[in-house]
Amino acid sequence: MAARPQIHLAVALDGAGWHPAAWREPDAAAATELFGARYWLDQVRRAEAGLLDFVTIEDGFPLQTEGFAAPDARTDRVRGRLDASLIAARVAPVTSHIGIVPTVTTTHTEPFHVSKTIATLDYASTGRAGWRAQVGGRAGESALFGRRELAELSLEKLNTPEVQAQIAESFDEAADHVEVVRRLWDSWEDDAEIRDAATGRFVDREKLHYIDFSGRQFSVRGPSITPRPPQGQPLVVALAHQSIPYRFAARSADVALITPQDVDAIAGIVAEIRADQAEAGRAEERLLIFGEFVVFLDENPAVAIERKERLDEAAGEPYFSDAPVFAGSPGALADQLAEWARAGLDGFRLRPATVPHDLEAITSGLVPQLQDRHLFRREYEADTLRGLLGFERPANRYVTAIAA
Amino acid sequence: MSQGTHTPPKQVHLAAHFPGVNNTTVWSDPRSGSHIEFDSFRRFAQTAERAGFDFLFLAEGLRLREQNGLIYDLDVVGRPDTFTVLAALAAVTEHLGLAGTINSTFNEPYEVARQFATLDHLSDGRAAWNVVTSWDAFTGENFRRAGYLPQDQRYERARSFLHATRTLFDSWHGDEIAGDKASGTFLAEPRPGAFSIHDAFFDIEGQFNVPRSPQGRPVIFQAGDSDEGREFAAAEADAIFSRHGTKDAGQAFYADVKGRMAKYGRDRDQLKVLPAATFVLADTDAEANELADVIRHQQVSGQTAIRFLEQVWNRDLSGYDPDGPLPEIDPDLGEHTIARGRASVRMNRDPLAVANEYRALAEAKGYSIRELIINVTSRQNFIGSPRTIAETINDYVQADASDGFILVPHITPDGLGEFADKVVPLLQEKGVFRTEYEGTTLRDNLGLRPLAAGESSEEVAA
Repeated sequence: MAARPQIHLAVALDGAGWHPAAWREPDAAAATELFGARYWLDQVRRAEAGLLDFVTIEDGFPLQTEGFAAPDARTDRVRGRLDASLIAARVAPVTSHIGIVPTVTTTHTEPFHVSKTIATLDYASTGRAGWRAQVGGRAGESALFGRRELAELSLEKLNTPEVQAQIAESFDEAADHVEVVRRLWDSWEDDAEIRDAATGRFVDREKLHYIDFSGRQFSVRGPSITPRPPQGQPLVVALAHQSIPYRFAARSADVALITPQDVDAIAGIVAEIRADQAEAGRAEERLLIFGEFVVFLDENPAVAIERKERLDEAAGEPYFSDAPVFAGSPGALADQLAEWARAGLDGFRLRPATVPHDLEAITSGLVPQLQDRHLFRREYEADTLRGLLGFERPANRYVTAIAA
Repeated sequence: MSQGTHTPPKQVHLAAHFPGVNNTTVWSDPRSGSHIEFDSFRRFAQTAERAGFDFLFLAEGLRLREQNGLIYDLDVVGRPDTFTVLAALAAVTEHLGLAGTINSTFNEPYEVARQFATLDHLSDGRAAWNVVTSWDAFTGENFRRAGYLPQDQRYERARSFLHATRTLFDSWHGDEIAGDKASGTFLAEPRPGAFSIHDAFFDIEGQFNVPRSPQGRPVIFQAGDSDEGREFAAAEADAIFSRHGTKDAGQAFYADVKGRMAKYGRDRDQLKVLPAATFVLADTDAEANELADVIRHQQVSGQTAIRFLEQVWNRDLSGYDPDGPLPEIDPDLGEHTIARGRASVRMNRDPLAVANEYRALAEAKGYSIRELIINVTSRQNFIGSPRTIAETINDYVQADASDGFILVPHITPDGLGEFADKVVPLLQEKGVFRTEYEGTTLRDNLGLRPLAAGESSEEVAA
């Protein structure tokens, strides 16, 4: 019997969980603990105990608001966060198998800095680093940097030509950003460091490469100051909800995160991304497509639904998300993930509605259910994130270019 | 003191600089390990912490150095990202301060403030920042803005940058997070972190999104030695990373910098003067001297000597024999520089005068190019038996030539071990070095006053 295709699983870590009232749950961490290392390490270790492929860590430059809205002066929700790439670095040396994927914005950051940050995370985790590349543009964000004026995204103005043009430009910049980061990762060949005592040379400079990227927003000369990371190319992840970001994910990412609201929507989105991928000349490259859910999980589905209602009441409004919301039992979720996987998804990124409850339910409830269905690993089969997700260690583009 | 008791001796502060990308780092030694893999940083940091050092220090470089238009390949090349390494080290150390050099030219205050505030949270109050400037278009080729900043504005931007980050660090006062689950009050006030900064360099406003960190802000280091740099340190810094290795020069520098503090209303003990120092340890002073010579020859190979000479002559000298005499041709005084990405080359020096000095010395002593360079570039600061080195260090500190030293071993990552095992216990015996960490934060361990909520040091002074 052929092995069934395995489902890949990631969890998205943010604040006290994704429901705005999650921090008020009796088992939730005290508010100040959200800004300490222990809280994040506990979550990542819990995810690792559940054999998950990777965790993502949310981030953003502006203080949190609801949706894309301007600062809202609300005092009843989690506000304040730590830099995600540094949380990732802090947990890397004290975890051993799970992939660690911080969110880093492409809009205001320097590709040169981002490249060495993720490369160094890959060294600190010995090959488990990824990067969720996120476009900026939230209200008030540009003013934090004062370097450029950007049309601000808002749900009301989303379909105006001005905002659509801005979105297209931001994603083009993001694609350039990822391209520079990827070239810098390859700018050192793996064997560039030679330590040749006879000639006194530490590196073979023929194996260091200028990347000479020139784009609309920036030009970068290279090479990186950091040697090629252990995975060669750490994983690039992109969340996408519509055509422009689908195209970005298809051009630039290794894992696309999408948010179909029902199983029938999957095939169309997957087809669109695959077409964009072919158009970008990447048809032969591996690109995984993950679905997303916000999850409320309890063995008794009525309890999960009741819990969501109770949290909604505490928050003062029903919870909606860009991703579909699942409230039910781990077994029912396992069935749904299996069905959605058959419809064309390679895996899922789950957003626990509350922490620790729903994170624990993913690792101790959902994972065994998937294992019973022969859809999920029983032990880690690789030491790198690329390995867990079935990616080879890639050839270096500059070596290939010379060989050709 | 008033009742006839002796003044307790000054305490020595020690820190460890991870060996850098220059010729003092001997990569050819068989004991030399990776400069990139995290395990090297872990071992180095854990040795420093075992010895009770105040902090570990990482330098930064944002472009690989070049000479004659080619990437310089004789020294260690490459390094990992500073913030990422420090945050990872927070996981494998408990007390050691985590100090990083971060450039104020190719970064923005909002992002750097977030990174340092985060590092301070994730290390429970152990973050420190060495603020440096750069201006060259060469480094700028790796960044969005390229070489935008005129050289004469780099200190102004650095000062403005530091003020902007101070404002951001102080924008949360420490009492904003109520976290009352019952009433649903996460924030005690609706607009935490509000800031507005408008000056010649920055035009930024909004709400900072990292709550106040354990130290309030990172410990601030300054490394420039110019008059402007000293003034900047006296006004703003918690520690100064100086380069005055001799006792006389150290005392003059120490008196000068600390003397500038009063006009800013600051106490002299609120700025630590910490020169970088190299060392060679052996069982006896004689053995240490011999070993120092061997290491100097490792540090200055024939090719390295030629490259050094090229930096003065500012021309390609690759055809010269390092074991032969100095070139008869004079230095090239043109505007271009042969060695790009090096901060120190040709600054404040008259190349022709230096060349003539070198020629006179070589002639008098019969030096080849290599022997000359070995003799005109820095010898190790401390050479001797553990006792000699412990006594020298203590003597410098008690004589106000410094408040301690940032030690730079020549071997990665284990070059600190012998110092930790042999010199530190002697300093402890003298009662001038801690046997356990005094406090929980780097500020505590450096003897710096804690900052009250929302209080920058300038406001303390006012």
